[in-house]
Amino acid sequence: MNTLIKTTLASAILAASVTSAQAETEMVVVSWGGAYTKSQTEAYHKPYMKNNPGIKIVNDDSSSEATAKLRAQAEAGKVTWDVVDVVPDAAIALCDEGLAMEIDHDKMLAAAPDGTLPSVDFGDAIISPCFVPQIIYSTTIGFRTDKVGAVAPSTISDVFDTKKYPGKRALQKNPAGNMEWALIADGVPSADVYKMLATEEGVARAFKKLDTIKKDVVWWTKGAQPGQLLADGEVVMASAYNGRLFAAIEENKQPVGMMWDAQVFELDGWIIPTDAPNKEEALKYLKFATDTQRLADQSKYISYGPARKSSAALVGKHATLGIDMAPHMPTAPANAKNVLFKDVNFWADNQDELAEKFEAWLAKG
Amino acid sequence: MASHTEALKTADGISLKLSLQRSLRRKKRNALLLVAPLFLFILVTFLFPIFDMLLRGVENSITEEILPTTVVVLADWDPALGKLPEEEVFKAFTVDGQIAAKAKIISRLGKRLNYEKSGFSSLFRKTGRKLRKFDPEKLTSTYKENLIKIDKKWGQVETWALLHRESGSYTKSYYLAALDLTQNAEGNIEWKEADSRIYIDLFIRTLWLSCLITFLTILLGYPIAYLLATLKSKTSNLLMILVLLPFWTSLLVRTSAWIALLQKEGVINDTLVAIGIISDDSRLSMIHNSTGTLIAMTHILLPFMILPLFSVMKTIDPSYVRAARSMGATGFTAFRRVYFPNTIAGIGAGGILVFILSIGFYITPALVGGVDGTMISNFIAYHISTSLNWGLAAALGAILLALVLALYILYDKLVGVDNMKLG
Repeated sequence: MNTLIKTTLASAILAASVTSAQAETEMVVVSWGGAYTKSQTEAYHKPYMKNNPGIKIVNDDSSSEATAKLRAQAEAGKVTWDVVDVVPDAAIALCDEGLAMEIDHDKMLAAAPDGTLPSVDFGDAIISPCFVPQIIYSTTIGFRTDKVGAVAPSTISDVFDTKKYPGKRALQKNPAGNMEWALIADGVPSADVYKMLATEEGVARAFKKLDTIKKDVVWWTKGAQPGQLLADGEVVMASAYNGRLFAAIEENKQPVGMMWDAQVFELDGWIIPTDAPNKEEALKYLKFATDTQRLADQSKYISYGPARKSSAALVGKHATLGIDMAPHMPTAPANAKNVLFKDVNFWADNQDELAEKFEAWLAKG
Repeated sequence: MASHTEALKTADGISLKLSLQRSLRRKKRNALLLVAPLFLFILVTFLFPIFDMLLRGVENSITEEILPTTVVVLADWDPALGKLPEEEVFKAFTVDGQIAAKAKIISRLGKRLNYEKSGFSSLFRKTGRKLRKFDPEKLTSTYKENLIKIDKKWGQVETWALLHRESGSYTKSYYLAALDLTQNAEGNIEWKEADSRIYIDLFIRTLWLSCLITFLTILLGYPIAYLLATLKSKTSNLLMILVLLPFWTSLLVRTSAWIALLQKEGVINDTLVAIGIISDDSRLSMIHNSTGTLIAMTHILLPFMILPLFSVMKTIDPSYVRAARSMGATGFTAFRRVYFPNTIAGIGAGGILVFILSIGFYITPALVGGVDGTMISNFIAYHISTSLNWGLAAALGAILLALVLALYILYDKLVGVDNMKLG
């Protein structure tokens, strides 16, 4: 009898301490800030906190420096982040270095409603064992509808055609993306672009093509710049993330149009730091936040495509504008006729050297 | 009468000399204690980081940390002979590599060596993946053949030559890269190919733009400071607020304001077109180039020139100029011979302040500089937060520091630092 009381008492105390510990759990989710973090807060954080009253999710907008900061945290022996939103190359680097934990996608994540395993549902998007894909976004071209004449640009060659479309263009100040586009515009099929870029002739050919528009380019560095440059009329066309263009066109009603030809697909997703303070909670959160419904929900707030195939059918209307979001997804069949998947491994090897060449090319004037 | 040889004593009977010494020592100790927090602060936040940065530019312990035995056996190999290393090197690499792959640190070395030659990042990642599963018991070929089977790059002399070159605890490759130099296969230092040289031009551009900005702030700030110093205090206080107000506004806000003013469809261009000075299709490009950097930075740094100038001018007695005039000097001569020499100290202080600040500026050039208006600090920031090549960032930073120190010494020789007055 005595033992029974003791056990009951002990488990009661244990339960109490667990609940009180839960009530205090603060989970730090690192992301990119702005409209993107807002979409995650609405689609993932709020419903999750409602279901789990013991958890408080704190946003940290440090994703742009995730690798550097996580390295510094690990070196100092105090990791404070639980879940981190990163681009694939950061995920690969962090995974290789043992700073991100490996994830058994089929065991740790939710299956699709029809029972499809997560590894099949996410498919090729799992570019690293540590990476849980979240969205597919693309870099594409936006243009001023009032400044391009009667026929709007429709192919990537039009960006390189200053006779047909005179005026300045804004491009990202980075070799990745631009060099691929230059080759495609020069007649290289999308499938052969990286094979070509791996050779010296390919690099020279890309720069030669970029030379033809060099004096007409305004280079941007921050994601918000191209939208601003278009709105101000500084440029007639600009490369930009598709979500930013959506905001300019549908939310801010700017005279801006967009084309999807040769859009460069990129992924974005989650990792959990190996020494995350609340690893168990982080895993539970990820299981929820990357299920089929939640990924589809996010597209109510931002026009990035869910990384799960099963989510595509569930994409609904925009939360405030009430327009159908499916046609605005980069992954929509009508938009994805000619796409280029950014080759993460190619850029991991060549970014240092090509960035140097790119800067030298820029400086030559 | 007491003997005059007897030492003077204080009330409590200790010799006066000793007592004085004691009180002096106590004062010194108190003074030291008072500055100790500041000294510690500077040590921790300034001197130590600078030392650490200088070290990072040459530090290269990563190779021997990750491949401890390989480094030792590879040391005897001579890449100049053009032959692959012996079997023991391949064996040592396989053993070291397997340990490092299991500890998940091998790709760090790949990333490090990728700064020297593209392709090492994926080579090490791939090799690491294979070595993690490698079982020496099941090896049927030599270690050499096995590694070459994993990737044929291990069968190339250049791969091992690079590993051999970068196996020491210190490296000069970051400093070489920061000066657009490289080491060829024989280990000789030579210029990089013309299509990859960037940094020397950037250093020159940074210094040139900084000089120009300093000169412009003197040109614009001098008359304002003079006005502030000579007007009645009621008016000058009001004007002072106009100088300080932008000084208190966020740097980003002021930079963005310049974007709105200077851009093609901006306020200035619109006005010029409206009053017919320029035509609609020949609008001026004043932003996203060095002009934009120059204008925005001159404006932002102007208060740093006006304030020291003002405080120096305030102390110049107006009777000096009056005396010169009364003795027959023209207005210009009185200014040139009497007033201006008295303000040199302020120009020196403001000039150094503006010059050093502008050398390290990076937000404004990043936003309005376009291609020819970016400065070396933009690249240091790039290597710290994007490419994560901290060694190269450290080398660039150290070279910049050395340049500033050299210019400071030059300034001291020409003008004399003692003549500088900050207020």
